[in-house]
Amino acid sequence: MVDKMKISLIRWLLFSALIALFVLHKDFWFWRNPTLVIGLPVGLVYHIMFCAAVTVLMVLLVRYAWPSHLEIDEDTEDK
Amino acid sequence: MTILVIFTYLALVLIVGTLSHRFFRGTGEDYFVASRTIGPFVLLMSLFGTNMTAFSILGASGEAYHKGIGVFALMGSSSALVIPTIFFFVGTRLWAIGKRHGYFTQVQYIRERWNSESLGLLLFVVLVALVVPYLLIGVMGGGQTLAIITGGQIPEWVGGLLVCGVVVTYVCFGGMRGTVWANTLQTLVFMTLGAVTFVTIVAKMGGLSNAMATVDQDLLMQSNRIRPLELMTYILIPAAVGMFPHIFMHWLTAKSARTFRYPIIFYPVCIAIVWIPSVLLGVLGSGDVTGLEGPQANTILVQLISRYAPGILAGFLAAGVFAAIMSSLDSQTLAIGSMFTHDIVRHYGFHNPMSEKHQVLVGRLFVVGLLAVTYVLSLISNRSIFKLAVWSFTGFASLFPVLLAALFWKRSTKQGAFASIVSVLVLWTFFFFRGWQTPGYTIGDTGIMPVTVVFAASALAMVIISLITKPPEGNILRKFFATPS
Repeated sequence: MVDKMKISLIRWLLFSALIALFVLHKDFWFWRNPTLVIGLPVGLVYHIMFCAAVTVLMVLLVRYAWPSHLEIDEDTEDK
Repeated sequence: MTILVIFTYLALVLIVGTLSHRFFRGTGEDYFVASRTIGPFVLLMSLFGTNMTAFSILGASGEAYHKGIGVFALMGSSSALVIPTIFFFVGTRLWAIGKRHGYFTQVQYIRERWNSESLGLLLFVVLVALVVPYLLIGVMGGGQTLAIITGGQIPEWVGGLLVCGVVVTYVCFGGMRGTVWANTLQTLVFMTLGAVTFVTIVAKMGGLSNAMATVDQDLLMQSNRIRPLELMTYILIPAAVGMFPHIFMHWLTAKSARTFRYPIIFYPVCIAIVWIPSVLLGVLGSGDVTGLEGPQANTILVQLISRYAPGILAGFLAAGVFAAIMSSLDSQTLAIGSMFTHDIVRHYGFHNPMSEKHQVLVGRLFVVGLLAVTYVLSLISNRSIFKLAVWSFTGFASLFPVLLAALFWKRSTKQGAFASIVSVLVLWTFFFFRGWQTPGYTIGDTGIMPVTVVFAASALAMVIISLITKPPEGNILRKFFATPS
């Protein structure tokens, strides 16, 4: 029971993080900033970091929120 | 020498694609979905390669030439977020449904999900109509690339014909297995050569700092070329992936649900590897090659290649662009061939009972016919690759609520699905004719992309009409949901 609650809490957190990323994609704070960071415009660097953050979140989603019932279906069929 | 390298590359793709024919099992399932045996790495490469087309290589650099680095936010990083999310929530579920019921196409699923023949037929017509402009950008991109890289020695019509010829050969011979093998090779080629292109050109420009110094400051920020509402509403465009027939077909090739884990995790990384160099080269090119107007900017990348990396390297780099183009064209034509075979010829009994051999033959003939029509259209079309693609994506993305309702909303009805598709048809046509001639068209010049209104209307039509019509029958719900409401 406790485990189930823990899993659904983690899932809820990860889905919230996903929504947060949709919001963070709109980087109006660098909207008028042409400054170069490591040779690239800061707005572009932000979106490169954004892609890295999405990758991390996808790893977590796959690890902790995977739709495992689809694999159960598949195993049942294979049998 | 450049031409020799390009032709050698095309021969290599042909060999890889047609070699897969040795593994062909002679069945429709093998021809159209590679007997659902594709593993994680090949699935990642084929999904990514299929999605990356002339749009991401030539279109992105061309658009960045005009609009600056914001193009990466508009389509690159938004795709990095939206597409894996769709793979996670939608792709895995559709794979499971496809395997359980033996589906090959979206139309089969939608028709049975709401038990409606006419709904399936309507969706077929709409999907085919939306794929044609997407095919067109591949053929146009191939022609433009070859013409510029060879200094006009090979005219555009020959380049387009060559791309069509190579694709039609290995798709007909190898089917889906040939397509995924060729896609894997081509994805690796364009990712590697994309990086080589970037490093070579930037080095010849005197390094990143020097090259950046020649660029208009406006292109280094988003504010002056991209409006806030444009950035906010553009995020709906990548949702088109959920409705692309060729992506659906690639999902079905997966060996298991677990196979999706690699594509979900690594898709954002692949996006960054391809889009960042494309966008940056478009921006840097604006300081170097001036005066390109409208669709002419699609050629900026190829112009930089011929200016800074002539000879063998130019051949390799052009091969990279060809790789991106052909890895999409093959899946798109195969998917449409599959739809025609299963949703029209086989379903309506024009060949009843249809043998496995006949299915494959009809699929092949349709692939040849479709590419021939697309090729002819490419000869008379002169549009920006980016804008052509965006109009096509607008239609696909706006149909996404239909798929979401099919998967997640038991109370949705066929009348709701009809209303949703019809609303997309009407509004898309309305905005298309209103905005087609206007570069950078947004609704009322506010920055709001037409996809926002069409998507919202499609979703609303689905919800309202479903709620006021009779709930779906229990047996249908039992077929598609574990616990019917």
